[in-house]
Amino acid sequence: MTSRANAVIELEDVSFSYTGIAVVDRVDLVVERGEFLGIVGPNAGGKSTLLKLILGLLKPHRGRIRVLGREPTQAQRAIGYVPQHPSFSRDFPITVEQAVLLGRLGTGRLLGGFRRADRIAVQRALADVEGENLSRRPIRTLSGGQLQRVLLARALVSDPEILILDEPTANIDQRLEYDIFDKLRELQAHKTILVVSHDIGFISSYVNRVACINRTLVCHRTDAIDGRVIREMYGDHVRMVAHRH
Amino acid sequence: MHEFLAALSEQSFLRTALAAGLLASIGCGIVGSFVVVKQIGYLAGGIAHSVLGGMGAAHYFGFPPLAGALIAAVISALLIGLIRLHWKAAEDTLIGALWAIGMAIGIMFIAKTPGYSTDLMSYLFGNILLVPPRDLWIMAALDVLLIGAVGLFYRQFLAVAFDEEFADLRGVPVPVFYLVLLCLVAVTVVLLIQVVGLILVIALLTLPAAIAGHYVQSLNMMMIGATVLGGVFTAGGLAISYAPDLPPGPTMILLAGGAYIASAIFSRILATRRARPR
Repeated sequence: MTSRANAVIELEDVSFSYTGIAVVDRVDLVVERGEFLGIVGPNAGGKSTLLKLILGLLKPHRGRIRVLGREPTQAQRAIGYVPQHPSFSRDFPITVEQAVLLGRLGTGRLLGGFRRADRIAVQRALADVEGENLSRRPIRTLSGGQLQRVLLARALVSDPEILILDEPTANIDQRLEYDIFDKLRELQAHKTILVVSHDIGFISSYVNRVACINRTLVCHRTDAIDGRVIREMYGDHVRMVAHRH
Repeated sequence: MHEFLAALSEQSFLRTALAAGLLASIGCGIVGSFVVVKQIGYLAGGIAHSVLGGMGAAHYFGFPPLAGALIAAVISALLIGLIRLHWKAAEDTLIGALWAIGMAIGIMFIAKTPGYSTDLMSYLFGNILLVPPRDLWIMAALDVLLIGAVGLFYRQFLAVAFDEEFADLRGVPVPVFYLVLLCLVAVTVVLLIQVVGLILVIALLTLPAAIAGHYVQSLNMMMIGATVLGGVFTAGGLAISYAPDLPPGPTMILLAGGAYIASAIFSRILATRRARPR
């Protein structure tokens, strides 16, 4: 195996299809340690599928994926994941603290309940997302933005090497969107971050590099993104809007 | 009520019945909470009804029906679990088929068993007054099994109940815990069949937990609340049914059902009140 020294995630000639039509087609991608990579592309362009392949939730039909030099399913516990839509029922009787505590699974021992160290880690993770005061709230009472911060805390609480976020700011207001991305930029000093977004203009001011996926994948340094690149990805009728007000 | 308390001190079969009801409510509280939050009432119903196949077979071959029930319940839980894990598209139909096939097998065996067959009604509707005292020990052992399994692996069960995808990513073997959870449902079904019979099992499995769910914010509080409520309904049903000589199982279910409807309305009113700006 020829892993590059600094490569955290490597995809080589990876293809995947749900029904015979390729959603991800012959994709090559190397993400290096400490990189902040934005993934953009049109709806149904394969963004979430690409993340699920890296997470080991889906198996590629061809090609090879390595995460931290291992099979994706062997590296899952080193990843903090924020899904686009929470895969749980909002009516579940659980407090924010308990939900975030579940992010500590896979650390520590097998049997019994959570320990003091776990609870301290939860308080720290909630503080990281300005959610200290949410810890005793039942999740059914959270607003969309509060829930998003809780999901981020749940991903951070295991102190993962890699953070993978699927549209982390889709349901929240813009001030919080800036807050969350500022937080991510701060974390980037210690972590490798992949973030999917539909909003290329917004994320390009944060990330080092943008991967555009529309079945196939093309990478751009953020300083090279202009109207031409965006037109190639989304087609012609696109206007750029500056988001910094 | 006074009459019931007086009879309780005189009649040992009533004390046995009360103990059986209380032992069953531990299972109904712990496992019923999972059934409610994971919304697997239909799966639990399938397990409960297909148990008749095992009880019928035990009846025919002369084994204790409780053993037949336990084996049938675990087999049917594993079958239903594997269907859910590997054949999700046809889940609904397949569970329905297993439900009916299990019952048909049971009725077949009971019909072909020589001699007078009164047991069918007590399998279907239970009779807490006929629980033999030695069965209390088996029920207690099953409770210890449930408490032990959920106590040791509480975090994993909570994770699988709350968010399977995330549990998987954190390294929890989700299919294993899912199948074990269904086996715990099977054990609980067998506990409750003693009390209310297999047709009414689903009510005691879901109603106490659902009522508790109206008021608590965590799964462990839901388990405690549902256990207490299960005890109130079984003991209360037994007491109410005694003097007018009503069947105790249906009395318990009507008590639980009435309480559930009242609680659903009450908690809705409470929620609207809270939401109203002051």
